[in-house]
Amino acid sequence: MSGHADPRAFKTNARRALADRELNAALGRMTAGFVPNRARAVAALPEFDDLSRRGRELKDHVLANLDHYLEVFERNCAAAGGQVHWCAGAAEARAAILEICRAAGARTVTKGKSMVAEELGLNGFLEANGIQPIETDLGEYIVQLADEVPSHLIAPAIHKTKEQISDLFLRHHAALGFEQRQTEPQAIIGEARQILRQKFLDADVGITGANFLVAETGSAVIVTNEGNGDLTQTLPRVHVAVASIEKVVPTLEDASVLLRLLARSATGQEFSAYTTFSTGPRREGDPDGPEAFHVILVDNGRSALLGGEFQEILRCIRCGACMNHCPVYRSVGGHAYGAVYVGPMGAVLTPALAGLEAGLHLPNASSFCGRCESVCPMQIPLPKLMRHWRERAFEAAVAPAVERFAVRLWAWAARRPRLYGQGARIAVRTLAWLGRKRGRLSQLPLAGGWTGGRDLPVPEGRTFQARWRAERRRA
Amino acid sequence: MRGVESPGCEELVERTANVGLFVTCLADLFRPTVGFAAVRLLEEAGCRVHVPLQSCCGQPAYNAGDRTDARALACQAIGAFEGFDYVVAPSGSCAGMLSVHYPELLKDDPAWAVRARRMAAKTFELTAFLVDVMKFEGLAARFDGTVTYHDACSGLRELGIRRQPRALLAQVEGLSLAEGQATDECCGFGGTFCVKYADVSVAIVDRRIDDILATGADTVLAGDLGCLLNIAGRLHRRGAHVQARHVAEVLAELCDEAPAIGMAPPEEAGP
Repeated sequence: MSGHADPRAFKTNARRALADRELNAALGRMTAGFVPNRARAVAALPEFDDLSRRGRELKDHVLANLDHYLEVFERNCAAAGGQVHWCAGAAEARAAILEICRAAGARTVTKGKSMVAEELGLNGFLEANGIQPIETDLGEYIVQLADEVPSHLIAPAIHKTKEQISDLFLRHHAALGFEQRQTEPQAIIGEARQILRQKFLDADVGITGANFLVAETGSAVIVTNEGNGDLTQTLPRVHVAVASIEKVVPTLEDASVLLRLLARSATGQEFSAYTTFSTGPRREGDPDGPEAFHVILVDNGRSALLGGEFQEILRCIRCGACMNHCPVYRSVGGHAYGAVYVGPMGAVLTPALAGLEAGLHLPNASSFCGRCESVCPMQIPLPKLMRHWRERAFEAAVAPAVERFAVRLWAWAARRPRLYGQGARIAVRTLAWLGRKRGRLSQLPLAGGWTGGRDLPVPEGRTFQARWRAERRRA
Repeated sequence: MRGVESPGCEELVERTANVGLFVTCLADLFRPTVGFAAVRLLEEAGCRVHVPLQSCCGQPAYNAGDRTDARALACQAIGAFEGFDYVVAPSGSCAGMLSVHYPELLKDDPAWAVRARRMAAKTFELTAFLVDVMKFEGLAARFDGTVTYHDACSGLRELGIRRQPRALLAQVEGLSLAEGQATDECCGFGGTFCVKYADVSVAIVDRRIDDILATGADTVLAGDLGCLLNIAGRLHRRGAHVQARHVAEVLAELCDEAPAIGMAPPEEAGP
């Protein structure tokens, strides 16, 4: 699967994922690492809540003045010798990148991790145009070799086990002279490093994402733990940073607030191993750096969210804490979502990017347990935003007609408490009678959703309100 | 969380608090014993309990995206309950709907918004009400066994309920509490989520159940019947012998009134 599976197929995807034991094991290891690591890092920083509040206020301020800060960014980026390309949609962004690559006569392009590039479908597009993209983040490299897509914001290959990676490397690297199947993590990484080193040197253009854009300096900031981002942006002749418009922050100080929140929330680190600020191309006297520096500013549906009930999702800094703590993501992994962005933040963003009809399952496939919101460093009310998509779907009749009818019929009855009580008494008595022997039912017509995997405990027999009123009458 | 030290609170308690019991659909339909347990606890704490005619808080409509019906049901509940000194529900989920979501749902209607906020301020989940408002300490209950506690999501994260049920359980003679590792993780119920995405829901409850079984407890308690029906239903399907009960049944010593959730009544049990 070279593209993203379809979010419309969430239920089928989820079923397949649930049956995948290796995936389940991989996801179990992921939560066992990320969750306690984040908790420790947050507990170790007394001012975390204060920092989180500052981060939230900062992003709210930026979103309220986005046009201003983007223009300041462009001015300062240009002053440093960079060039900003404003792209309303994915097609424009792809075209702008291709033009830069062609102008540089590029045959191979190294890539740092970029979710916006995933959103653009950039790899497939470059390949179709005769340019070979090479992912340099280890996880992304694995995913690219396997012809898959990332299943997690910060851990793209989290769905793969070590054994699967050993097999994958042997299959692809044997022809390059690596004929031994490596099983130790260090050896696997060493093999990837050897292969990637030459690709870094050969590449004509380096494409990275950007965690933040700093308006006051015109810089693009990326964080990595592998240093691959630095090699991607300093070795090739041209550096292209792809960023969505909400990544801009006013000052370096502001970027540091978000960087402190990002690392702790993502991996539990105080700071990522490499934090790199790119400001324009190589200057005279610089020992290295690209000859040209481009920033592709991508809107792709985001400005339509400004000022509306979904604006808060634009505060997201892509730490992945919401998916690390999500019981649904933990169960099915990222690929089941069939979208670029997965987990709770993806459930909010996907209907905005792919359309509500296509993305409808994602905000519905949530128990609203609220754990995502409780760990979100940007305090995004994710369940509330998912509920807003359900409201849109209900109002616009995008939600299935049977479901809408059932809810309206039920509500019609619930708005008539006496009638509701009478109906309840009959239903309760029937169920109690059916389950009188065991206290539960293992099958019930029309209740297969429940009884497929669970017994249905049956009611005691009379409703509380009926018993209460009967007792009060006697008293 | 919400200020419980609001002015006048002490006086209200002194002149016998009138509590409107929001019994919740699931207790009303599936497990009236929970309603009676709530009544007993509230009366022991010195309250006068009232049960006005009621149906649902509207959460199923609210979470289905049907704001119109959710609003109508919110107004209906406010009309029925706003006259009491307090509104108490044996469920963090329903109490959260009344106290957190009603004000949000009705915020665009000035008159209803005021009424919603006013009622929200005096609405409590049962154990939080007993501990935080009534400062109830005279619990005289006995339960012989080891229990583990499941923190239902809405109560835990919307209302901050964690300490209160444990404070009450600590007063129960004969009871020991074996904490799980993942008491703050979802059980996979989530209202209609558990039937719409049944496979995912079952995978989630399975992990929660593994944690419950690992504690070695013979009973799992929680403050929300939705979670309990889900957990009990899956425990039975897996053939596990852990009993599931609402915490109020144990606190009010009403375990003899009803078999554990999903268990047969004693006279109907096999040989």
